[in-house]
Parts: sequence; C-alpha cells; structure tokens
Amino acid sequence: MLFRLILKNVFRHRLRTALTLLGVTIAVLAFGLLQTVVGAWYAGAEATSRTRLVTRNAISLVFPLPLSYQQKIRAIPGVTQVSHSNWFGGIYGSERNFFPQFAVEAESYFRLYPEFRLSGEEMQAFLRDRQGAVVGRKLAQRFGWKMGDVVTLRGTIWPGTWRFVIRGIYRGAEATTDEGLFFFHWDYLNEVAKRQYPRRANTVGVFIVGISDAGRAAALSSAVDELFRNSLAETRTETEKAFQLSFVSMTEAILLAIQVVSYVVILIILAVMANTMAMTARERLAEYATLKALGFGPDFVRLLVYGESLAIATLGGALGIALTFPAAYAFGGQLASLFPVFRIQPATLWLQAAAAIAVGVAAAAVPAEKGARVNIVAGLRSIA
Amino acid sequence: MSLTGVPFPYVARNLVTRRMTTLLTAGGMALVVFVFATVLMLSEGLRAALVQSGAPDNAVVIRRGAQTEVQSGIERAQAAIIESQPEVAFDAAGRRLVSKEVVVLISLRKRKSGGPANVTIRGVGPQGLALRPQVRLTAGRMFRPGASEIIAGSSVARRFQGAGINETVRFGQREWRVVGIFEAGGSAFDSEIWGDGEQLMQAFRRPVYSSVVVKLADPTRFAAFRTRLETDPRLTVESKPETRFYADQSEVLARFIEILGLALAVIFSLGATIGAMITMYAAVANRITEIGTLRALGFTRRHVLIAFLAESLLLALSGGVVGVVAAAFMQFFTLSTMNWQTFSEVAFGFRLTPGIVLASLGFAALMGVVGGFLPALRAARLSIVDALRAA
Repeated sequence: MLFRLILKNVFRHRLRTALTLLGVTIAVLAFGLLQTVVGAWYAGAEATSRTRLVTRNAISLVFPLPLSYQQKIRAIPGVTQVSHSNWFGGIYGSERNFFPQFAVEAESYFRLYPEFRLSGEEMQAFLRDRQGAVVGRKLAQRFGWKMGDVVTLRGTIWPGTWRFVIRGIYRGAEATTDEGLFFFHWDYLNEVAKRQYPRRANTVGVFIVGISDAGRAAALSSAVDELFRNSLAETRTETEKAFQLSFVSMTEAILLAIQVVSYVVILIILAVMANTMAMTARERLAEYATLKALGFGPDFVRLLVYGESLAIATLGGALGIALTFPAAYAFGGQLASLFPVFRIQPATLWLQAAAAIAVGVAAAAVPAEKGARVNIVAGLRSIA
Repeated sequence: MSLTGVPFPYVARNLVTRRMTTLLTAGGMALVVFVFATVLMLSEGLRAALVQSGAPDNAVVIRRGAQTEVQSGIERAQAAIIESQPEVAFDAAGRRLVSKEVVVLISLRKRKSGGPANVTIRGVGPQGLALRPQVRLTAGRMFRPGASEIIAGSSVARRFQGAGINETVRFGQREWRVVGIFEAGGSAFDSEIWGDGEQLMQAFRRPVYSSVVVKLADPTRFAAFRTRLETDPRLTVESKPETRFYADQSEVLARFIEILGLALAVIFSLGATIGAMITMYAAVANRITEIGTLRALGFTRRHVLIAFLAESLLLALSGGVVGVVAAAFMQFFTLSTMNWQTFSEVAFGFRLTPGIVLASLGFAALMGVVGGFLPALRAARLSIVDALRAA
C-alpha cells in the first residue's frame, strides 16, 4: 500500500520528477569526479613502497647532492641498495606536452622499483644503448611512440637539445602505478654535463634508498642525515610516502578548495530537491488530511514524503554513480599530463551514495513534518 | 485598449508570496554564482600579484631556455657584459641601475600545519631595492651587506616558521637572522626572502648569478637591448620585459584555476537552472486561472511570456546578488599554493573587479532566462478558455 502510493506519487508530476532526477544525477556525478580529482592528487603517495626512503638536499630539492654520498649511504647497516635520479625537466615540442623525465642509474633503479615492469630483452636493449630511454605505456600511447623511435627534448635545467631512442615501454604492476614517466641513463646526462657544465657533473637530485625492514625507516632516515650533518650538502631523508606527500601539501590550498566545492554542489542540489519536496507536499496537503481522516497516522504521511524523496534521490544517485565511470574515463584521458593515474576509488562511490541519501532525507524533513502535522479540518478546507 | 505589459509589482509579489520556494531556488543560484565569482576573483588575484611584480621599464635577463630564475645561470663575466649595455639607466649618483641576483628555493615549514613548502630566496645587488619601488620595509631594518642577515616578505613572515622578525632560518651551514619585514603591495615579492647576493652565493656555493635585472633609460629601446644581447656570441641569454616575465610565470596556474573553476561553475549551473525550471513550472501550474484572467483582461501572449521570464530573471538575479555579496567577503582571505612553473610558494588574494561583478550577475541572469524560458512559453501558449475553465 505504502510503496504503491509512493511510486504513484513519484510519477504524478513527470516533468518535475524528471528534472529533479536529472539535477541529482548531475550533482552526484560532479561530486564523484571532484573526489576522483582529489584522489588523483594523492596517487603519487599511494603508489609508494614502505621499504624505500628518499634522500635529498636539506636546503631544498633544487640543490643537488654529490654522487660520492652513494657509497656512504650503502654502507649503513639495514640499507639493501641505493639508486639515484635527477629531475631533467625537458620540453617535448611545446610546454603543453609536459611529462616528468628522470635520469636514473638504470640497473639499481629498476631493481628498487619492481612495479615498473619491463621485459628482459627491453631491459637489455636499454642497458646497451647509452642514449636509450624507457617510457610508460600511457606516455607512449599519448604521443604514439613505438620502440626504436627517436625522441628529442629541449633541456631547461640542462640546456641543449637531447636525443633519446626508446628502448623499452614499461607497464605498471598495479592500477596505481604511474605509467606516464620517462627514464634515461644518468650516465649519459653526467657525460654531457662533464663536458659542458663541469660544475654540475657528478651530482644527483635524490638518492633512493632501499631498506630491508620498513619498521626501521625512521631510524635509518636519521642515520643517513646524521652521516652528512655539518657537511657542505646536508641531507633530509624521509620515507617515499612522506616525500610524495610533501608535494601534495605544497598545493593543499587548491586541494582544499576542490574538496569544499565538491560539497557545495551537494548543497546546491539539496536546495533544488528540498524545493521540489516542499512544493509537492504543499500541493498535497488536502490529500494528507484525507489520509488522516481515513485513519492513517502521521507516521504514514511522514513515510510517504520521505519515501518519495528517497526514491528520487537514490535513483538519481545511482544514475550519477553509473555515469561517473565513463565520465572519469573521458576526463582522465584529457588530463593525462596533469593526473597520470585517474581512477575512481571505492570510497568515492560510497561517498556518492551517502550524499544522495543524505540529500533525500534532508530534503524531506520539513515537508514531512508539515504533512504529518496537518490539521484535518484545515487541510480538507484548502480544497475549496 | 493597449497595455504596455503586466505590471512589475505583480511579478515581484509572486516571488514574495512563495517565500520558501523563492528562498531555496535563489539560494541554489547564489551558491553557483558564489563559486563562479570566487574562481574569477582568484585567477584575477594571481594575475594581479604577478603582474604587479614587474615594472614596465625593467628587463629581466636569464639563461636562454631556462624558464625561471631558479633554473637559470649567468656567469659573472656575462653579467658584466649585460650590465654595460648602453640602454641601462643611471641613478642620481651616476651608478648603473642593475641588480645581479641569485634566486634559489629553500624548504621551510609552515607555522600552522608544519608542512614543507618551497620559498624563494633572492640575493639582490646594492641596487635591488631601487629597481623595485613597490618594495618598502614595514618593520626592522635593511640587511647589512656582508652579514648573515635577511629580510622577509610580509606573507612569508606570517606563514613560515623562523621567518618572523628577529627569528632565524638555518641554511648553508649558517644561521640567518631576519632583521626586517617588507611589504611589496601584494606582488610576488611578498612571498620571497631577500638577502645580500654575494653572501647567499657563498652560502649556497653557487658561483653564478641566476638573473640580471636592469632598468632601461628608455623602455621603447627594449627591442634593441634584447637583440644585441641575444646575438652577442659571448652570451647565451634571453631577455623579457619584467612585466611579461612575471605574467608568463603565472600563466599555467591562472589558466588551471580558471578552466577548473569555470567547468565547475557550468556544471553546477545546470543544477541551479533545473531548480529554476522546476520552480517556474510550478508557478505556471498554480496560476493557470490567473493567467487566463490576465489574458481576458487584454494582456497578450507576449505580455504573459515576458511577465514569467521577468519573474525567473528576478529570482535568479536576487540569488546572483547574494552570491556576489558573499564572494566579496572572500577578499579578506589570501590563498597560498605552489606555482608549478617556478616550483615555489606564492600567496595571492581574491580580487573583485567591476568586470567580475558584471560577469557574475550576467551568469545569474543567463541561468534565470534559460530556466524560465520553457515554463514562460507554456504559460503564454495557454488558451484563454481552457485557462479560465481550469478553475
């Protein structure tokens, strides 16, 4: 009886219901996309390993460290292996084609990052070619690169024109692995640097330190920093996750704004939905009075209103959630340079569902009370 | 009898009568307009901050291909060549108005969250201040050349540990005392720390300058200045007017804010427009008899259409005004974030301009017209007899 009435009520004002439904769908979809953007911001930190530390210059990342530190770090008990990398910051064609490039010590680097999967032959081909490069699958897709293609970058930090040959295309082991990176040999960079920028030769941007026991990360971090205290280049060592999160925190204001705005859209749709329910309930006061005259209690009327509101909200929410998948796919493709990993987290889907239900409940609260409290005589009189 | 249109009070009173509905619909629109306006204010604030950093008669010289001062490097000998160009202006004492600067980033922790951020530290030459008239000390004194002393921009001093007056920051194996705080009129310099160029080069063990800033005696001669520098075989540099240089550096961030914000505002406005449509359809449905009466009195279909459109417009504009007023209060806040292009922290405010007010109200009006058009059309199409019979 209750459900039949709710269902009939939902479809009484077809146009109004359709419009409200559409509004809820758009809002839940926008909310989901914004939450996914926030998630994508943290993708770098999500994909980290607990057994990797990052050592950088204590002043800031733009200062290098001497290569000679590598052996000293390696000698600390508990350190299993050490690799190093330099941010290259080259431009491919135009600045719009931004992607991160790293000059790495190839063998040790890929041993430390097993999630970058490369076949044996590709690895061999890469190691044999001094100008070789390894790129992520998505990056190769973005520019249509194939094995053996020549890629030319214009250096900004290391001026000049740099030629690379693609010798490998890696795949990510997990969905969270960044497949948008570009790696080449640190030796090649250093060789050119020795010739052209001797002051900057034999320097590295960061050391990546592999440790055997994640539980000792804090102790080992301070052991590394202690080693170089009061030297010309003091270090700051932290877990890879903390290192990545420091980038997130630099743009936290934007992140916070996106978070706030994602809840604003829920508020907007709450106003729309509450208006729909208020109008609907006002138009039906006479019916509620009739129901009460027939002997139905105020709770029945409340359920009627809440039921209708929730039916529209959950249906709109479900549509919104379903549309999030294709929308995120299209969106992620467009923003590949900004967000290499753009995927919907399960938590986002729960949040979307919760938001839809909350809107349904909140929108019905006032009209339901009004309907339940309607005075039978006054309500019936309003027919006239 | 010829009627000019449905009287305006009729339109306005309808909104007042249905208070709840008007409040909810206009409230939704106010939120959308608020988002729309704040986004525009933000990118305007960022542009203003970076544009104000440059003076129109200053030119910045950096290494060719380096996009920022931090990435750039200019040897001492090269800097001397740049300094001796004939276009460079002189001050009253006959000294060349040139500042050879070193610009690096240091990682400082925020006072509030303790999170790290990259702060720009600029080592300036003796003429550094003379080249930037907008910079003035508000507390303490200037750093002494040759001492481990620095002065901090007001926004850095407020937000970072160790950057307040008489506090110290440690880098390059030294403690640096903050002896003064300066204001730079909301420009990017407010987010910087300044010190003696030669001292900082020693501390960072960086024997080269990052950039050379010169004041031109005659800004129209910039083209000649640039051509000579860029064709000189002893130099590998490029030069830009200072205003252009800073505008270029804010481009990516400003565009990001604008595109993201406008995309959001458009999507959100769909929701609010739907809200207006629902409200107006209900208004039409509830007033069929009234519409019939109006028509019977001699008002034309066109008058009815305009009356309902006006009602929707008024609804949207009242929401728009509330949204803009709320957005105006955002001017009390500043936002700081990392500029991706310079990899350094920059603080900027929300900036409301008459253009933004107009754009926001226009946006609200558009939502009102789009949302109200179909319902108004339905009202105008009702036939008199049917409408009167509906009672």
